[in-house]
Amino acid sequence: MKAVITVIGKDRVGILARVSGACAENNINVLEVTQNILQGLFSMIMIVDTSQCPTEIDRLAEEFSSMGREIGMDIRLTRTELYETMHHI
Amino acid sequence: MLNTNDILESIRMISDENLDVRTVTMGISLLDCADPDPKKACEKIYHKITTRAERLIPAAEKISAAYGIPIVNKRISVTPIAMLLASAVDPDPVEYARTLDRAAKSVGVNFIGGFSALVHKGFSAGDELLMRAIPQALAQTEFVCSSVNIGSTKSGINMDAVRMMGQIVRQAAEATQDNQCMGAAKLVVFCNAPEDNPFMAGAFHGPGEPDCVIHVGVSGPGAVRAALKKSAAGLSTDGVAELIKRTAFKITRMGQLVGNLMSQELDVPFGIVDLSLAPTPAKGDSVANILEEIGLETCGGCGTTAALAMLNDAVKKGGVMASNHVGGLSGAFIPVSEDDGMIQAAEKGCLTLEKLEAMTAVCSVGIDMVVIPGDTSAAIISGLIADEAAIGMVNSKTTAVRVIPAIGKNVGDRLNFGGLLGYAPVMPINTGSPQAFIDRGGRIPSPIQALKN
Repeated sequence: MKAVITVIGKDRVGILARVSGACAENNINVLEVTQNILQGLFSMIMIVDTSQCPTEIDRLAEEFSSMGREIGMDIRLTRTELYETMHHI
Repeated sequence: MLNTNDILESIRMISDENLDVRTVTMGISLLDCADPDPKKACEKIYHKITTRAERLIPAAEKISAAYGIPIVNKRISVTPIAMLLASAVDPDPVEYARTLDRAAKSVGVNFIGGFSALVHKGFSAGDELLMRAIPQALAQTEFVCSSVNIGSTKSGINMDAVRMMGQIVRQAAEATQDNQCMGAAKLVVFCNAPEDNPFMAGAFHGPGEPDCVIHVGVSGPGAVRAALKKSAAGLSTDGVAELIKRTAFKITRMGQLVGNLMSQELDVPFGIVDLSLAPTPAKGDSVANILEEIGLETCGGCGTTAALAMLNDAVKKGGVMASNHVGGLSGAFIPVSEDDGMIQAAEKGCLTLEKLEAMTAVCSVGIDMVVIPGDTSAAIISGLIADEAAIGMVNSKTTAVRVIPAIGKNVGDRLNFGGLLGYAPVMPINTGSPQAFIDRGGRIPSPIQALKN
């Protein structure tokens, strides 16, 4: 099952390492990464495969969100359907 | 195909612009709970609601977390309770309301609607009994909401019911005087009430609905306003309408997705998406602010009705394309106490009751969450209800009145309801008495456009 991880916040050292580390710990395979830094604001979007991850997606979402709070970033892990349906007929 | 900009736009709409699913409402038919013994009927009601809605909250929370969509309210609507009172022997309607309240608390929803009666053509068994019990039912419960349909395009306006409801609105406020007159904030008087409305306080589960169904009400004034702020500079009115349509499409898609997911998760049919712009007292999440973004100095000034008509139409056009079944109230809401911009405009004196009445002819509901002076007579409230009902009847649309007489207060004072219900200044109301008109009773005949068959 595909999911999207978004990371938004002030740029700093080690964000990618921290998030991809959490993916590896949870057996989540990273399929695609795009990142941007605009006027010091870091935004990263990862498309990941969670099918081998034993944790339910709602608990996983909470885990990533609390990691975000810890490092002062807005981190969300969600299923992809919202982004697909909101912008396409 | 996932697009980075689309993903970031969705996240911004949710995190910065207050986009959310305002309510997931489970409609539950209680027709099979009718019983001549009121005690048995209440037991059946409690059992049916708590069984059917047992998984409503966990399912909504799970979907909210997995898909990153805030679902603000989880609610229940039930069959108009007057229909159940009809078959009971010597029932106490307040006991039915307490049962609804207990059931709502047990499953964890924050409102339950359906302490209702449909009397647009006349009263049947149970209707008057329920209506007279409304003030006490709302005073003695926390989560129960009540509505009465007093008119329709097909049948005209039941002026006997209009007269009663003026008194009942006052009594509901008096019975809850110590609690910001909250009773009247949970009571709606409708013309052309929809049977599948997910929004409170007017939600009830109509007799034409299935046994159990999920309805979704979307929100998103903040997202529409932000889209206009970002891209509307230099656009003509057509361009503004197009921009609103596109934003409404995105907002409604989210509601449609949540409805489908809830329906699958609970194995209950998906009813409708209510395409509404439902404001909150949060800064910027305001329909009035959208109108101001379109170009009005203050909501309530000249031009307001036209701008609102365009907004309402564009929301529907964008939303219809995004969803399978549309229903409920669908349009822009203008509840004064629940909309930061409306509150400001009313406090400045720019938004008056008369202008609100004109606005209701082109938008979703009616005179909603308006606080009026505490000494307003029942006949004046009935007159206001009749005016609104006439607008709904003639224009084949839903209109409603939810006014709160602020007992013991006058213009210059405020009522503060807290939470999503917000706060509002007491607004002046025309004191010319319609007493003799209201006392005539009877029925306003249906208008000629009813004769289409």
